[in-house]
Amino acid sequence: MKKIISGNEAIALSFGDSGGVFASGYPGTPSTETLEEVARLDEVYCEWAPNEKVALESVIGASIAGGRCLSTMKHVGVNVAADALMTLTYTGVNAGLILMVADDPGMHSSQNEQDSRNYARFAKVPMLDPADSQEAYDFVRAGFEISEQFDTPLMLRTTTRIAHAKGVVEQREKIKPVVGEWARNVPKYVMLPNFGKIKHGEVEERLLKLREFAETTPLNRVEMADTELGILTSGISYQHVREAYPNASVLKLGLVHPLPEKKIRAFAAKVRRFMIVEEMDAIFEEQVRAMGIRVDIGKDRISYCGEVSADIVRAALGDAVTGSAPPVADLPQRPPTFCPGCAHRGLFTILSKLKAFVSGDIGCYTLGALPPISAMHSCICMGASISAAHGMAKVNEIAGRTEKPVAVIGDSTFFHSGMTGLLSLAYNGGNALVVIMDNRTTGMTGGQENPGSGRVLQGEPARQVDIATLVKALGIDNVAEINTYDLAETEAAIRKGLETPGPYVLIDKNPCILRYRVKQSMLAVDLEKCSGCRACLKVTCVALGMVPAGDKMKVQIDPNICNGCGVCAQLCKFDAMSVVKG
Amino acid sequence: MKVFNIVIAGVGGQGVLLASRVLAESALACGMDVKQNEVHGMAQRGGSVISFVRIGERVYSPVVMPGSADILISFEPLEALRYVHYLKPGGKLVYNRATINPSTVASGMATYPPDVEERIGRACRDAHGIDALAIAKEAGNAKAVNMVMVGSVMKNLPIDAKVVEGVVREISRDKGAEVNLRALKGGAAA
Ligand SMILES: Cc1ncc(C[n+]2csc(CCOP(=O)(O)OP(=O)(O)O)c2C)c(N)n1
Repeated sequence: MKKIISGNEAIALSFGDSGGVFASGYPGTPSTETLEEVARLDEVYCEWAPNEKVALESVIGASIAGGRCLSTMKHVGVNVAADALMTLTYTGVNAGLILMVADDPGMHSSQNEQDSRNYARFAKVPMLDPADSQEAYDFVRAGFEISEQFDTPLMLRTTTRIAHAKGVVEQREKIKPVVGEWARNVPKYVMLPNFGKIKHGEVEERLLKLREFAETTPLNRVEMADTELGILTSGISYQHVREAYPNASVLKLGLVHPLPEKKIRAFAAKVRRFMIVEEMDAIFEEQVRAMGIRVDIGKDRISYCGEVSADIVRAALGDAVTGSAPPVADLPQRPPTFCPGCAHRGLFTILSKLKAFVSGDIGCYTLGALPPISAMHSCICMGASISAAHGMAKVNEIAGRTEKPVAVIGDSTFFHSGMTGLLSLAYNGGNALVVIMDNRTTGMTGGQENPGSGRVLQGEPARQVDIATLVKALGIDNVAEINTYDLAETEAAIRKGLETPGPYVLIDKNPCILRYRVKQSMLAVDLEKCSGCRACLKVTCVALGMVPAGDKMKVQIDPNICNGCGVCAQLCKFDAMSVVKG
Repeated sequence: MKVFNIVIAGVGGQGVLLASRVLAESALACGMDVKQNEVHGMAQRGGSVISFVRIGERVYSPVVMPGSADILISFEPLEALRYVHYLKPGGKLVYNRATINPSTVASGMATYPPDVEERIGRACRDAHGIDALAIAKEAGNAKAVNMVMVGSVMKNLPIDAKVVEGVVREISRDKGAEVNLRALKGGAAA
């Protein structure tokens, strides 16, 4: 039966159909739905790990124990898992192992635009790059076969327009999972230097064998047509190429590492103009040029930044693009913002008022950096808030500055890689105030379970870690709970935390209103009392708006949107906002 | 058959994705090739959302290029204006007239353009505003704006309206189906 599904759904479905038994990952757009869909299959075991390194390591264990397995993450997740990956490539696998990584060219929801094909080269592992949902489905099965045949982990790489785009998929016949032997093989799985040296040699030999395989596998396909123009491409870029030039000759790679040198050389020789179309880095082009093959058009005409499109391919060849009027100018932007009722709003309202330096982290609370709240001053990668604040405080001390930084971090990020930063803060005698926003979910990526939420991915109840106890065990003496819906209390707690020398941790435990569907009674404005001063607007809540009232503009609250958190009302000096039972 | 390009725009939480799914599933049920794509992630946090549905005999890219949409369906007037350049010359625009303040307006940093509908009219000759929110409420649920919008364009699509009804019935939860079908009909009559 034909279905219309996303690349993420296709990968999950195929994992279930291709004998998969164990999957572990960490959420991150655009990869997240893959594991959520595996969970829905209800027949294979899967779980959220606290971070990507743990996920990949668990999957390594699953492979050693003989089960076909999958680890899923976004591109930056591979940085976290890279330590495991770089030695996993030496040990190889017992049962087939796929590391799925979703890249985000164009940075639709990411902090950088790294190209994971670099990791395939770096780790010397094969990588598949599907061009639509059907290939995403097919490449999981092919991936397991390659992984087992060549005794190697395999990277399956998608990009946002593959992971999230839906296309038609035909399901194949299901393979029953067979769990193999639990491998006991010291020279293969214990990477002491003497064993590692042998293994490194094997990795190089494996790469040569994979090169041969790349020449003949149907995963790499030549579509010979008009020889005036020949294009080497892969993944989503193939679709843009075909859209722009349906009659061109194309060498479409499914296996993007290692490259089939002979095939590329023969193809390039047959066409008058040879072009390479690839998103982000010049991975193909650099290698093809190093082979001594002439490239007529490539990265000189296609940016390293952002996504490729049909028009970008046309423009690179100097052809006319789809004409369009320019976008309408000067429209108010519509960026994402804290949900009405979100507990992060109260915290950032106070941090903004106190003008504290906020060392931020990655999660919904990163939106606290946007104007007019503008209360976040750095945000690098998951977990960096606490460790970066620690470094700032040390240099401040050296410089004789007295201001104490505030680190803000969410529960999921704290478990991911914030805990080690806090341990360092305690151990190294640091001086920062840390606010942990424990909303009991991984909010930014859509509300996934985590070790603090009390449930696991497949829904069963789970052991719930107590963050306050954990923080104390890491060596922090000053730990207090706050309620960020109460601005006065929050302000007093933050002031105290900033005035007290040494590490200080505040924990807010209000749940994510979106994930837990919290609906409170709403607020209404007394137009008699409202002076139109706009002080409340600074909280940046889409439930608020200005309406004409007499000769003035006054504030109105949209009852369909308001979630009754009362943060705006606490900024009103005229007592004009009050609760109405919804 | 040439590929037919549909762009759906709106605000996070308005159900743009479900509307896209209805159109994509319907096209598939009519035996056509389909690609559907939107960028989500931060969409739920009230941001601007844009989704593409491309249908035809063979569809390659999931992305609609600006200047090539046959139809733009916008769930909100400001978003109609933001994405009107996606329409090809002579393309059709159907938009919901009910406005939603972006956060930049709610925080007092910007003002909602008071002449938004006039500007839409100037940017597109074939633009039609409908009171989708009122129609949805009448059908029984303010959240059914997405189905009203789908209904309002059914006659302009290369998809059989009966098939769309079938898909809506199938993907709605039990109680929602009747409301959604009423919303679809309400939209078609608007
Ligand atoms: C290494 C890495 N993995 C995953 C992500 C994707 N990601 C962005 S924010 C986030 C988690 C946010 O959860 P939490 O810290 O609980 O904050 P909330 O959004 O709930 O406020 C994740 C997983 C990332 N940016 N980097």
